[in-house]
Amino acid sequence: MHPASSVILFNTFSGLGFGLLFWLGMGAIVPMGSSAFIWFAIAYILAVGGLIASTFHLGHPERAIKAFSQWKTSWLSREGICAVFALIVMAIYGAGLVFFETPLALLGIIGGIASLGVVFTTSMIYAQMKTVPRWRHWTTPAMYLTLSIGGGALLSGQVLIASVLLIVGALLQVFAWMTGDTRFKASGTNMETATGLGHIGKVRAFEPPHTGTNYLMREFVHQVGRKHAEKLRIITIGLAFVLPVILLLLPFSHVLAAFAVLSHIAGVLTLRWLFFAQAEHVVGLYYGKR
Amino acid sequence: MTQLPPPSAKKLGLVIDLDTCVGCHACVVSCKGWNTENYGAPLSDQDAYGANPSGTFLNRVHSYEVQPEQGEAQLIHFPKSCLHCEDAPCVTVCPTGASYKRAEDGIVLVNESDCIGCGLCAWACPYGARELDAKEGVMKKCTLCVDRIYNENLPEEDRQPACVRTCPSGARHFGDLGDENSDVSKLVAERGGFDLMPEQGTKPVNKYLPPRPKDEMPEFDVLAPYLEPIASDGKGFVGWLDKALSAMPGGAK
Ligand code: SF4
Ligand code: SF4
Repeated sequence: MHPASSVILFNTFSGLGFGLLFWLGMGAIVPMGSSAFIWFAIAYILAVGGLIASTFHLGHPERAIKAFSQWKTSWLSREGICAVFALIVMAIYGAGLVFFETPLALLGIIGGIASLGVVFTTSMIYAQMKTVPRWRHWTTPAMYLTLSIGGGALLSGQVLIASVLLIVGALLQVFAWMTGDTRFKASGTNMETATGLGHIGKVRAFEPPHTGTNYLMREFVHQVGRKHAEKLRIITIGLAFVLPVILLLLPFSHVLAAFAVLSHIAGVLTLRWLFFAQAEHVVGLYYGKR
Repeated sequence: MTQLPPPSAKKLGLVIDLDTCVGCHACVVSCKGWNTENYGAPLSDQDAYGANPSGTFLNRVHSYEVQPEQGEAQLIHFPKSCLHCEDAPCVTVCPTGASYKRAEDGIVLVNESDCIGCGLCAWACPYGARELDAKEGVMKKCTLCVDRIYNENLPEEDRQPACVRTCPSGARHFGDLGDENSDVSKLVAERGGFDLMPEQGTKPVNKYLPPRPKDEMPEFDVLAPYLEPIASDGKGFVGWLDKALSAMPGGAK
């Protein structure tokens, strides 16, 4: 799949932002007054900034309001509704802390759970795709949720919880990669089923339908850069998980904590890039590619 | 509404004969022509006369080489457009309700004025049947020429999809695959029509007819045995002749 930068930014930063909102809502940290304002501003800039970035790849962002209508079947629609709900509830909860120094605990918990709901519905957009066998697995939502609450814990300075979640995240990611690498083959979709010509013999793409490229090739058949995948995987594990945990375990300082956050963000950006670049869509088979 | 309607009795679709298709791309051109000039946003091209041309098409013809265990490889031309699936995954993922399947005849369409161009439906389609138009920013797909097949302003013989009407080799057939007595259904039954990627569970309405087995040319020439090729490792007189002739100027080495 084409690793569009708007979608990578959305997944990385909204994930972090909603993760932070989750912890704020759950009362893991209960800042008051102007400090609450700063905490909520950071969370909203990340969450909303990511959401805005995600609209950049739309052909008609001005019609985005229509995307709230099909929640009965569409995960994208559910994600939109969940995001608006979480952002409104958490804004009220945040206002309570900033202006009245009053935590409306129940509202916070509802908003916190809804924030996780956003991350879950996002992950299901990918996990539902039968056409992309690598994504269609429980590790996809598990990874999204772990990264989000792990990153949120890191941002909110909860050293122990963040360390544990980051270690779990690393193990989960390695597992997702290892099992994901064989899932396309295991899906049973191949050039023979794609063309229905397998009963005659081995099928090879002889001539594509066009001399140039097209939307399908640009969007779904992304082979460049995959050859560096192994290196990028190591970089991802190092930056997103290992280095932040080491920095967290050192005696606490704000500089080290800031480095841990930056390293984590750089690592997650790489992870998201790989998530798309390594995902093979079955339509590539019609072009003899993957 | 992106909820799928209950399966319709009428299932309009195409039957494509891989035995007959000669790979001329006439259907590609007529499809692009009709669907650019008529219903909906035109199918745009980018850099059409430049170094890197690209454009939106609703129907494309691939060519495959199939190598059997024994015997000659076969070249098969393979037209592909929306298969108007019964369990269309492209419809249920759509967040806006722009994509829908018609309850009355099963045609899968996009309401372009509702489409936000998120591309999710194209992700969900295993067949590459949907393309986001780079100029209009809306999703384009085969409409089964819904603006021809019911169009009473057209002469009767033109009330079929442009690709079917155009195909010079008769490789494309249009009809109701929900009616088992229709010509297309009979054709599918007779020729063993099949689904593409059945394991994806989309239940395509369109069917493909397999290429017929190639004829074997029987050896019937009575003189042929006498014209066996000369052995390349010739000995005796033949070997001497071969060497002598090769040694002459211009001789084969
Ligand atoms: S072929 Fe693709 S676009 Fe057409 S109905 Fe099936 S899934 Fe949808
Ligand atoms: S691109 Fe348009 S038709 Fe396709 S899922 Fe998005 S809104 Fe629906």
